[in-house]
Amino acid sequence: MSDTGHSQAAAAQMSKTYLAQIKAKRLMNFIMLVVFLALFMSGFVVAEGRNAGGFWEGLGNVFDFPAAMFGEAVERAHLMPGYLATYFPSLIETINIAAASTLLGALVGLVISLLVTRGFAPVPWLIGPLRRVLDILRAVPEIVIALVLIFMLGGGPVPAMIAIALHTVGALGKLFSEVNENASLKPVEGLESAGANWTQRMWLGVIPQVAPNYLSYALLRFEINIRASAILGFVGAGGIGYDLRNTMSWGVGKYDEAAAIFILLFGTIVVVDQLSSMLRNRLTHGSPSAEITL
Amino acid sequence: MLKLDNVTKSYGENTAVQAASFVIDKPMMIGIIGRSGAGKSTLLRMLNRLTDTSSGAITFQGNDITHLRGAAKRAWQSQCAMIFQQFNLVPRMDVVSNVLHGTLNRCSTFSTMFNLYPDEDIHRAIDILERLGIAQHAPKRAEALSGGQQQRVAIASALMQDPKIILADEPIASLDPMNAQVVMQSLRDIHEQDGRMVIANLHTLDTARRYCDRVIGMRDGAIVFDGTPEELTTQTARDIYGADDSFSEATTSTQIEARDPRLEKLARIAAQ
Repeated sequence: MSDTGHSQAAAAQMSKTYLAQIKAKRLMNFIMLVVFLALFMSGFVVAEGRNAGGFWEGLGNVFDFPAAMFGEAVERAHLMPGYLATYFPSLIETINIAAASTLLGALVGLVISLLVTRGFAPVPWLIGPLRRVLDILRAVPEIVIALVLIFMLGGGPVPAMIAIALHTVGALGKLFSEVNENASLKPVEGLESAGANWTQRMWLGVIPQVAPNYLSYALLRFEINIRASAILGFVGAGGIGYDLRNTMSWGVGKYDEAAAIFILLFGTIVVVDQLSSMLRNRLTHGSPSAEITL
Repeated sequence: MLKLDNVTKSYGENTAVQAASFVIDKPMMIGIIGRSGAGKSTLLRMLNRLTDTSSGAITFQGNDITHLRGAAKRAWQSQCAMIFQQFNLVPRMDVVSNVLHGTLNRCSTFSTMFNLYPDEDIHRAIDILERLGIAQHAPKRAEALSGGQQQRVAIASALMQDPKIILADEPIASLDPMNAQVVMQSLRDIHEQDGRMVIANLHTLDTARRYCDRVIGMRDGAIVFDGTPEELTTQTARDIYGADDSFSEATTSTQIEARDPRLEKLARIAAQ
């Protein structure tokens, strides 16, 4: 009897301590929430103070531009096919810039990613410095590189392509090396035991394993680069961004053309997305007709 | 032919292989036995130069291979094929490609990247697969094959190297008894028909007894037995495995008692 009485007392004591713990935790959470909200509000007030126009005064105008654009686009819907045809060549230029820079960046990024992956790197002491190089490439905004290059090389698609490719090397180099870290070392070891050199080991042992992941990251990057190359058009790199800047600065009455450009960009992203999932599926599961890959 | 002289491998404080010495003067089939962690794998990996030696020397036909670097090391590796417990194939590539990986040391990097293997090599690869009884799987991806089939692909790739030595690191440890027998018989046939030296790590005693001409026993990194299978008494086996009197060979046996006609047929296919 005394035994059960004792254990009951212990259980009561236990639940008391537990409750006390829970309450302390709740209080802590509440304090954190208050601090967070206070910081958030004070941050907003500071930002509002530094704003030229003012958030509350401007809030009503936020939807003016989309409304005007939609209104004009619907109003002059019959002109839309003509606009789409007019701006299609610029879209092709933008996509070309994005595709060339993605391809170039992915190839260089692939090589660097293998050089910075522990376990694969042929020169281990280069891992650190090369990783910093990738960090720098990611840290500098492509628009800055593009502006510098446009200043040196003149306007046009080539500076934009180089700028985006450099950024892509930094981004994909890091993502690819993370993919590499998950690759199985067994095939690599098997190839090594047969006397294969580094390039052969990477090409046959690593890349087939990680190719679907590489591809999906590269295609995602392609989407991002389409947008980036459109933005670079604003600073004189050609392509659809240049047209978008013009149509938007012409102001009210020309917004239907801006709408056409947005439709083109949106359609491109959708197409690229669909295409990329199709390609990836094929690479992971193998197409039925291509069993022999000699 | 192959001579190991006080070969030692240590990882910091731990010694994986302690002063291993033996001489093999003619091609034969050698089984290395011992429990897990006895240093069998490390020894084979040092022979293939996947792992560097801490001290001691390995010589093959009078050449010191212990300190080879770069291209010379890769040339040695191509002479000294290795088969792994987990097969270590490239899973997403087809069987013939995997076999052709045995020729990589002779191929330029450029021809590797564009799959430019010579036609005669492709024919030879398929002939080797035929010999091992898996030619019908040639166009499939390696990952689509069963464990026993994958291990035979690995053996085919080793043969493609045309090596003087074949090292097999626990070649049957991931296989069921029937496939284990087919794989061991294939290795035995390669030794008998081609006159290649085969060194296999095995963790079952009866496999070593049945297929090997010479058995080397390792315990805690040191070689504690070296002799013919006949010389390997139950007491020595107990010493190797560090077991007491309750140990019987049946506990490590993979042998199938009732002879299965399907199995014999498979063994015959493998023997062809």
